[in-house]
Amino acid sequence: MGLNIVVLVKQVPDTKNVTGKAMNDDGTVNRAALPAIFNPEDLHALEAALTIKDSYPDTRINVVTMGPPSATQVLKDALYRGADFVTLVSDRRFAGADTLATSYALKCAIEKIGSVDFVFCGRQAIDGDTAQVGPQTAEKLGMNQITCVSAFEAVNIGNKELTVRRSIEGGYEILKAKAPLLLTFTNEGFAPRPPSARRVMMYKNAVATATNDKSYEECYMNMSSCQDNEIIALWDLSSINADPQNCGLAGSPTKVKKIDSVVLAAREIKMIPATKEGIGALVQELVADHTIG
Amino acid sequence: MENFFLDNKDVLFHFDTMDLDRIIKLFEDDFKEAQTYPEAPKNIEDAKDSYKRVMEIVGSIAAEYMAPYAAEVDEQGVILENGEVRLAPATSRAWDMLSKAELTGMAMSRKYGGLNMPMTLLTMAGEVLSRADASFLNLGLQQDIGLTLENFGNEDQKQRIIPLLAQGKETSAMILTEPDAGSDLQAVSLKATQAPDGTWRLNGVKRFITNGCGRIGLVLARSEDREGARGLSLFLYHRDKHTKIRRVEEKLGIHGSPTCEMQFDNAPAELVGERGWGLIKYTMWLMNSARLSVASQGVGIAEAAYREAEKYARERIQFGAPIINLPPVFEMLTNMRVSIEAARSLLYETARAVEMKEGLERYSQKHPEQADALKADIKKYTKLAALYTPMAKLFNTEMANKVTYDAIQIHGGTGYMKDFSVERHYRDARITNIYEGTSQLQVVAAIGGVMSGVAASIMDEFENEDWSELPAALIDSVKAMRTKFEKAQLAVREAGNEQYTNFHARRLVEMATDIIISWLMLRDGRHSERKLKAAEIFITLARPRIEAHSTFVLNNHDCYLKNYQTIIEEF
Repeated sequence: MGLNIVVLVKQVPDTKNVTGKAMNDDGTVNRAALPAIFNPEDLHALEAALTIKDSYPDTRINVVTMGPPSATQVLKDALYRGADFVTLVSDRRFAGADTLATSYALKCAIEKIGSVDFVFCGRQAIDGDTAQVGPQTAEKLGMNQITCVSAFEAVNIGNKELTVRRSIEGGYEILKAKAPLLLTFTNEGFAPRPPSARRVMMYKNAVATATNDKSYEECYMNMSSCQDNEIIALWDLSSINADPQNCGLAGSPTKVKKIDSVVLAAREIKMIPATKEGIGALVQELVADHTIG
Repeated sequence: MENFFLDNKDVLFHFDTMDLDRIIKLFEDDFKEAQTYPEAPKNIEDAKDSYKRVMEIVGSIAAEYMAPYAAEVDEQGVILENGEVRLAPATSRAWDMLSKAELTGMAMSRKYGGLNMPMTLLTMAGEVLSRADASFLNLGLQQDIGLTLENFGNEDQKQRIIPLLAQGKETSAMILTEPDAGSDLQAVSLKATQAPDGTWRLNGVKRFITNGCGRIGLVLARSEDREGARGLSLFLYHRDKHTKIRRVEEKLGIHGSPTCEMQFDNAPAELVGERGWGLIKYTMWLMNSARLSVASQGVGIAEAAYREAEKYARERIQFGAPIINLPPVFEMLTNMRVSIEAARSLLYETARAVEMKEGLERYSQKHPEQADALKADIKKYTKLAALYTPMAKLFNTEMANKVTYDAIQIHGGTGYMKDFSVERHYRDARITNIYEGTSQLQVVAAIGGVMSGVAASIMDEFENEDWSELPAALIDSVKAMRTKFEKAQLAVREAGNEQYTNFHARRLVEMATDIIISWLMLRDGRHSERKLKAAEIFITLARPRIEAHSTFVLNNHDCYLKNYQTIIEEF
């Protein structure tokens, strides 16, 4: 018996290997100067799913990304590493999405996939570092969630129950939860496996081509090496039954007013006791200096 | 992300310029398997594209999962505990990564779970992995065992065993050496006895067995009631309670590789191929394949040491400037670089010769109607492979020793310390010119081809190419080297004395090797200005070597053969 696992991944600019001017004068990211890579923590999430599949080969792993057609590269990478299915959620109407609109679209895609036991994703993407998309998606799906997972303590396939190690400040905690469940993973555990040479040979020619001129019709990408194997699905806004009002710029309440380049300098940190009084004092302090409120 | 394939311009140069077309056609049997296996290539370009992608994976595993842990593996070594060998954790993880990347059956056939990749690419992978951690030998070993079974095992053995090897579920060992049978494998005495029901049992001791802890082994054993090579057969065995690992050796280098002493107590085994052919046919095939692996290991170790030395020479300031500006240092570095590139050219030419032979044999078995037409080519490449293999093993492993020695020299006192990796490379290199046949045995294997005319045929072929685009002085220089070599060769031949031939054999083999490498490097020089300059330096260094050897041979220094006993025994 296997599980149905969806892994959410993102193609991101490689902020560690900046080859040119990383930021445009208007404060937006100059994507041309940054090679696109698989968001590192998402690779750990995929590896977590693959370790379950190693033990329970009937497990089906569907890797989903939302992004432009070029994001198929991370989906191919996921196939090389062992994903069973991959789905690109792509539509011009998704452009400009903030975390809220992104998690809405991902929620719609996951609902379209249907019976999903677990959703795995990286804790956060290295381009935005918000760590919001995973938790928001869980909320929208009505799933329980455990963030910052670094290891599995036990996998109970019969009960569809996972016991996981969750990183917390100064240590970790062990939590147990049943499907349906969303987990986000840190890069502390689940070192990603390399791509499989055989799968690279099998899937290297997979390209994103629409089957007809309606470029965002629901279709499958053409696999020139194995035409029968319709393995890279391409879903647009209407095929996942999303409401355009909740997508892209229209569905994004976040407005970027201005971007400053902040150089961080080491400063003293302040420990807040994890008590009602401690937190209360911090809130008061933040309200007083207008950081919140 | 670091990548030991993509960051190595010289390896990429060979990847891009080597002539693999005919080999690919032979190995892919005109691309028939593309119908059955989605991963099989559809044409030559498709195959090369796949090979490059695969090499990128190898390069990434080497750089990310092996090199950073090589010092730790060296420090931890292997431990024998309750009869089982425990590898350094990083060694096991590297194997796990290679298995997950489905590289553990790289050169084995698709129908048994392999990738059917040419041995030339396996050789390249060997070099890349050895640069990361020279003690990691299992990938090459695994292919050697798998391919020996593919060539000589029966169908049942192939179907049962090769998938286990290809998927990396079991590791393997070639179990040949005994306390009294090292270089002289004809003296092997481990006994194989056949019960009335036809099953075989093994009894005896094997020593110095690389990865003897592997579950799958090919064992050379005496099955016949006669002495010498014809009394030996090859056996396949699956390790169980009947075999004890008695000890693991403490070694100078390659600490991550377990070297086991094994005792067989009535261990069940299966005959591979026919009785009496164990050494002369099957083990020789296996050994030749392993020699090519070791030749690539030498290049990998040297590459690692060179990079450390160059980096240090740029960073180390003495007398107010980086030491790389000092003539003795840049001379050492230049010679190291050129000899690594020389070894690499020889390595890939050797791999190609071996592969042409293997590919032609395989193809002619599948297409008996073409067997006659292919006969001459098979004969040609068999001879070439038989000469090139020991030449490459000899040259590349001696080169590795010299380069790692100089890498320490460039570091000075610092290089003698454990803080830098060059001392490890130096220790690791030291085994390469010993195992799978010492340098002295490579000379024995190569001298036939050097004296009989195989070497001359290679030189003829090169001389007959059109070299008009390259500087004539260089071409003439190589031709002059040949004249010197042939004078020495003639003198030895005319002496007609076996002991005299054996005495000078190494000099003759080295002269021929220098000349052939000169041509190979000139051929590389057709593609690149820099490579032409490397060829020029190699030839500049080789010419006086050949003159010295030639002078030594022609001056008939029989003071050795006449006086060695006096010198050694009357001390």
